[in-house]
Amino acid sequence: MENAASQQKNNYDHPDAINRVRDIVFKTGCSKEDLIAVLKNVADCFGYISTNAIHEISRQTSISTSDIFSVATFYRMLPTTQYGRHVIEFCESLPCHVVGGRELFRALTEQLGIQPGETTLDGRFTLLTTSCLGVCEVGPVLSIDDNIHGNLTAENLPEVLAKYK
Amino acid sequence: MKKYRSMVLISNGDSSQSKGSEAVIEAIHQALNKYDLASEVYVTNIPDSGSPKAQPLVIIYPEAVAYGPIHAEDVDFLVSEHLYKGRVAESLRVNDPFEIKRIAWLVQRTGTMPAENRVVLEYVGVIDPTSINDFLTHDGGQAFPIVIEMKPQEVIDIIKKSGLRGRGGAGFPVGVKWQAVRDAPGDKKYIVCNADESEPGTFKDRVILEGNPFSMIEAMLIAGYACGADEGYIYIRGEYHDALEKITNAIKAAKEFGVLGQNILKTGFSFDIHVHSGAGAYICGEETALLASIEGKRGEPRSKPPYPTTNGLWGKPTLINNVETLGNIPPIIHNGPEWFRSIGTTSSPGTKVYTILGNVNRTGLMEVPMGITLREVIGIYGKGMKGGAFKFAQTGGSSGSIIPAILQDTPMDFDSYRNVGVALGSGALLICDDSNCIVDCVRVLMKFFKVESCGKCVPCRIGTEQTLQIMTDISEGRGTMEQLEQLDLLRKGMEQLSNCGLGQTAGTPIKNMLEHFRAEVEAHIKLGVCPAGVCAMEG
Repeated sequence: MENAASQQKNNYDHPDAINRVRDIVFKTGCSKEDLIAVLKNVADCFGYISTNAIHEISRQTSISTSDIFSVATFYRMLPTTQYGRHVIEFCESLPCHVVGGRELFRALTEQLGIQPGETTLDGRFTLLTTSCLGVCEVGPVLSIDDNIHGNLTAENLPEVLAKYK
Repeated sequence: MKKYRSMVLISNGDSSQSKGSEAVIEAIHQALNKYDLASEVYVTNIPDSGSPKAQPLVIIYPEAVAYGPIHAEDVDFLVSEHLYKGRVAESLRVNDPFEIKRIAWLVQRTGTMPAENRVVLEYVGVIDPTSINDFLTHDGGQAFPIVIEMKPQEVIDIIKKSGLRGRGGAGFPVGVKWQAVRDAPGDKKYIVCNADESEPGTFKDRVILEGNPFSMIEAMLIAGYACGADEGYIYIRGEYHDALEKITNAIKAAKEFGVLGQNILKTGFSFDIHVHSGAGAYICGEETALLASIEGKRGEPRSKPPYPTTNGLWGKPTLINNVETLGNIPPIIHNGPEWFRSIGTTSSPGTKVYTILGNVNRTGLMEVPMGITLREVIGIYGKGMKGGAFKFAQTGGSSGSIIPAILQDTPMDFDSYRNVGVALGSGALLICDDSNCIVDCVRVLMKFFKVESCGKCVPCRIGTEQTLQIMTDISEGRGTMEQLEQLDLLRKGMEQLSNCGLGQTAGTPIKNMLEHFRAEVEAHIKLGVCPAGVCAMEG
């Protein structure tokens, strides 16, 4: 998880991409029960789940594409659109809100120049909001590419963002 | 099982420190070592209480005797009299009746201790969570061999007798649930551990899983044996990478050790555990949604009955218990139901793990007997408020509610809280001071419900959307009194018509707000001001 930030995500443009999707399905399992795990692994590998990937999963598992799409769009961690290189998930639940989350959110949107759901023009960051990340004792908290950063303020925020190029 | 005999509180705020309270704390630790009492006495500091005249203050439980002012040179006498010889050191006692009144909340509780009493968390942070041998050398794994010698019904009777209630938020009697699964017809049954802990402010299950994953396996084995199940699932939320890794490794180690799999320890009992990781959906903590998610579907709840105890995973009888609930099982088996009943209150025995958060000096995790009060939590474990005065506490997500300051002396257990119209919830205690605006906080909560509503049933989908809209209007200065009436109607509609617990309880913050903080809300509407100065009023 530590080097997730530095790891270059696999690209769907790669000629071998569909084979990789197939490998993931075989390794994870083909039954309906395994679908969420398959989609999660594909999303981890490529950053999101493309339409082509959904078609390939459907071919391998005999689950209809509409079923797969309906499951993928239900869960927050199974994105179906492409994000920036780094995904910031900002916790907007009450425990973070009352210990400085309000101010941090203002600073974050100002520093990035984007609103939740948007990606910076250089494709570096996508900003998402999320419910509790479960590390409330060090709030306010945000996670970047699954790395949790706590006890944040408007002052130490640039330092954290600078780690992600 | 380690149990403290006495508890010592020392006031250590600014005023006490100026009178040498730190030297007193140091001296108490030295004296306890001298009399060999260090392992029996729990020492902690609290913020300044009472008037400066009696500070530094020392309070000793379970007798609840207040001493003060105490200086470092008095400590040896105090410890030897009260803690070693067991008699009250009258000469040092606070005698002024006015002074006693000012610290009444600390000295009223005689006979019991608001001390930490670790049952579920006992070995969390003590054992190496990656080593099954370390778990076994710390008394781990001793409950299952006891169980396997008993008949399954006897195990359920022990759980029933202990009075254990579900720790996920609803407080349902655990023994009754186990019995329902055992009595349900069918050969194939499942045990599911609900580790999809997503209530905002709650992270107790994460700490239990990360700190002692083996106890979860043992508890599931016991549940499987008692209910007649041979397969279990742990549904763990997607964000908990570390806990997922720990539990996966623990299951692997248990299988290699031969305590998980076919014919465990040659007893003829087989049990296997699968781990299922969530993918980011709060609603999957609801039991029927969780089961749908394990089956690989959208995590949408269905209407109950039939309950999962008869129609659960793939239509089979299924037992679903929270992590903390299961964590109580091995200690109950090991120490007996009478021991368990000796902790906590009559209607809610045992301990509760709380996460204490917000505007207090110390945030974190604690495990205390059921029935201690919010005032004690803030004073003793939160080390006092950070600056402002206590305004309200929020007890976590959809299963909790907003506790106003006037209820801070209500004992925290399922029934006492229900009687005054609030809920204990999953164990988050978000302490908010007077710099927070109730309208702003409820708006944030409603946004949470709106985002996390699965959208399957209409009252919840539309209700959360509309209440958020109204709360936003009020917080931005556009609210009207008609909207307040509408808010109350929407809340009742959601409560009565929604399909699952999320919608049914989404209106609770609104109910609490209108009941206890109506004046503050009306100030936003009628006067166009936010008394706490938080909301951006446009006028």
